[in-house]
Amino acid sequence: MAGSPYARGARDAAFAAFVAFVIALPMVGMRTVDRNLRLTLDFRLVEVASIVVLVFAGRFAMRLVGEGLARLVLPAAIAVVVGGWFADFATQTLKVVAVGGGLVVAATAILAIVKGARSARPVAPSAGPGLAARFAAGFQRSTVLVGIVGVAFAFALPLLPFADRRVLDVATTLLTYIMLGWGLNIVVGLAGLLDLGYVAFYAVGAYAFALLAMSLGLGFWEALPLAAVAGAVSGILLGFPVLRLRGDYFAIVTLGFGEIIRVILLTWVPVTGGPSGIGNIPRPDFFGMAEFVRRPVEGQVAFHQMFGLEFDVLHRLIFLYYLILVLALVVNVVTLRLRKLPLGRAWEALREDDIACTSLGIDRTNVKLAAFAIAATFGAIAGSFFATRQGFISPESFSFIESAIILAIVVLGGMGSQTGVVVATLVVIGLPEVFRDLAEYRMIAFGLGMVLIMLWRPSGLLAHREPTVRLHPAGGPPAETPAAGTAR
Amino acid sequence: MSGGARTPLLTVEHLSMRFGGLVAVDDVGFTAYDREITAVIGPNGAGKTTLFNCLTGFYKPTAGRLALARGGGTFLLERMPAHLIARRAGVARTFQNIRLFAGMSVLENLIVAQHNRLQAASGWSIKGMFGLPSYRAAEREALEKAKAWLERIRLTRRADEPAGDLPYGDQRRLEIARAMCTDPVLLCLDEPAAGLNPRESSELAELLQDIRDSARIGVLLIEHDMSVVMRISDHVVVLDYGRKIADGPPDAVRDDPAVIKAYLGEDDEDELPPEVAADLGVGTAEGRP
Ligand SMILES: Nc1ncnc2c1ncn2[C@@H]1O[C@H](COP(=O)(O)OP(=O)(O)OP(=O)(O)O)[C@@H](O)[C@H]1O
Ligand SMILES: [Mg+2]
Repeated sequence: MAGSPYARGARDAAFAAFVAFVIALPMVGMRTVDRNLRLTLDFRLVEVASIVVLVFAGRFAMRLVGEGLARLVLPAAIAVVVGGWFADFATQTLKVVAVGGGLVVAATAILAIVKGARSARPVAPSAGPGLAARFAAGFQRSTVLVGIVGVAFAFALPLLPFADRRVLDVATTLLTYIMLGWGLNIVVGLAGLLDLGYVAFYAVGAYAFALLAMSLGLGFWEALPLAAVAGAVSGILLGFPVLRLRGDYFAIVTLGFGEIIRVILLTWVPVTGGPSGIGNIPRPDFFGMAEFVRRPVEGQVAFHQMFGLEFDVLHRLIFLYYLILVLALVVNVVTLRLRKLPLGRAWEALREDDIACTSLGIDRTNVKLAAFAIAATFGAIAGSFFATRQGFISPESFSFIESAIILAIVVLGGMGSQTGVVVATLVVIGLPEVFRDLAEYRMIAFGLGMVLIMLWRPSGLLAHREPTVRLHPAGGPPAETPAAGTAR
Repeated sequence: MSGGARTPLLTVEHLSMRFGGLVAVDDVGFTAYDREITAVIGPNGAGKTTLFNCLTGFYKPTAGRLALARGGGTFLLERMPAHLIARRAGVARTFQNIRLFAGMSVLENLIVAQHNRLQAASGWSIKGMFGLPSYRAAEREALEKAKAWLERIRLTRRADEPAGDLPYGDQRRLEIARAMCTDPVLLCLDEPAAGLNPRESSELAELLQDIRDSARIGVLLIEHDMSVVMRISDHVVVLDYGRKIADGPPDAVRDDPAVIKAYLGEDDEDELPPEVAADLGVGTAEGRP
């Protein structure tokens, strides 16, 4: 195309703006409002205009970066980000678009500048892994440090000044999903079996816990291990028929099993209560010694009396928080340990090539069944926790979308990476919580985020894999002659 | 060459494998001896890989018997599931299109190969979970064995890299080492020299001879590279269109007219469908009976 880079960029950006206008006019520009039983149209032309302007500016900036004018674009983009942050917009969404768009443009410009600087030096060490990949590798290597800091922070959280009810609630939810993510990571990330019905085990655990606690009058600490056993048994029962299947078929059948469990919960009214669920599930007590209530039953003590504190509902929340934190950490430690054992290595080998596994005398069914049973146990424990935390469960909590979210956490984190699960949970569960103000746009932002992550790092945020056993210390090959061939 | 009496290791009798109408292996019988390299050769599509797949349990043969002698007993391989053939009978194999655990490190590939012993030592992961000494000892032993093989295939330096990052020739050798880590009595290699340059092939030939003589096991070798076959095999079996057309020492097989015919494809013209042959203007005079 002819013309200066500006003219070309402007033409291209104008076209993009036109497309944005066509799409935005009906979707954003018009809104039906119910006035006195009559539907009328409201027009929101300011929003449409802002969208068109933003799209034009964004596209134009990207083109200029492409034309090698990144240095010019960068300050403008930063100005937009900073300005967008403080300025008042018609809607919250526009603010996010302006700031987010500015950030993306700025990042692209920086990348372009860095790349340009590197290619200007012809002798620079070539390509190598990208910046993000190196960051992921470095992050993964320093896992021990990051892990210690993370765990210390998690333990300290309830004591921090900002830890109010809402923060603890969000943190507890995050930890539940982290635990589920770690559980599913065994099946999907390590063993490479695409399980679309993991929520089934979550449900089995929750219902087993609720029924055991209600009908046999068991306390939390007795019902929990039994629910875990129920999870393991259900894992083996469901696993046995499906583990012969491969790839897509396996995924579809697990999807079916997830739904079957939900439908059973929905229709087996005498036992499960059907759609109305089970309520009044016993709350956890303080290791059978005290309860978290204001006025304990005659002859028992309450937690606050035992420790001579004022009664505070936060006590129970903090206890729940620590409970799930410890449960999740146990899952993590067991998984990390298993990964370095023959069973864990066989899982990964199975993911890499199951035919080669057979040729080495590995019984695939046993190995897969072990993965399924262990993951199911972890899922069921998380389910028990969910039941006791909510005090009420119904089939609605165990729909396919839950399986999908847990799977998204595992895939986004980088299959098989334990830290990846944590980071991805913060993104997938944490961000929507933080952006609650975005209301209905939350899910769009969520989808957008997923697409961006997959474009940027197709194999997950922390996809780098550390070997389970090393011959040489980490960080490069040994100091022997780098050029093989002399050592013949 | 093995001196003295030859001990039969694998006896194949009347083996047939049919895929629908296609008979990929047709009534093949031969014997592979202990501490010998038995080469299986033949043109493309002759049924060599299919023979291996029957032998290692990936295919269930349509008919025939595969008897493997090990420790005084006999295993009937056609009745065993694939993983038990590797584990109990001690038949290890490599694949024509390499099947390494590409994302795992070179060292891990060799450790996974020792899964069954380690798994038993780890008490189904319970002893391993707590790092009991008996498991630790087993793990150390597995590591030593892997290290020894790494030295042997000269990959010690790259032990911690993903196996998929290795060059082709290294991958081929690693796959052989991995198979050897299962402590087999019979090693089946499907075209190990494919894609190697002449120097690498020659090194491979040395490695195979070394395995035969030091590990004292039988090797079954599918190979197209005749220089390798003629140099190291003790015994050659030739397949063509699923049938065995020759069987004997390398020199005898090389001069066998049937083998030469199969390789040079003397009667190719007869194989052309009549309409194609007519297009080419070659002898189609005689009609179909
Ligand atoms: N699973 C299968 N289903 C149907 N046909 C098969 C199957 N496996 C092999 N065949 C057919 O059997 C015949 C023998 O194939 P095979 O792979 O054993 O040949 P090969 O001797 O190993 O050849 P190459 O030297 O090319 O590796 C071929 O015609 C092939 O198409
Ligand atoms: Mg073949």
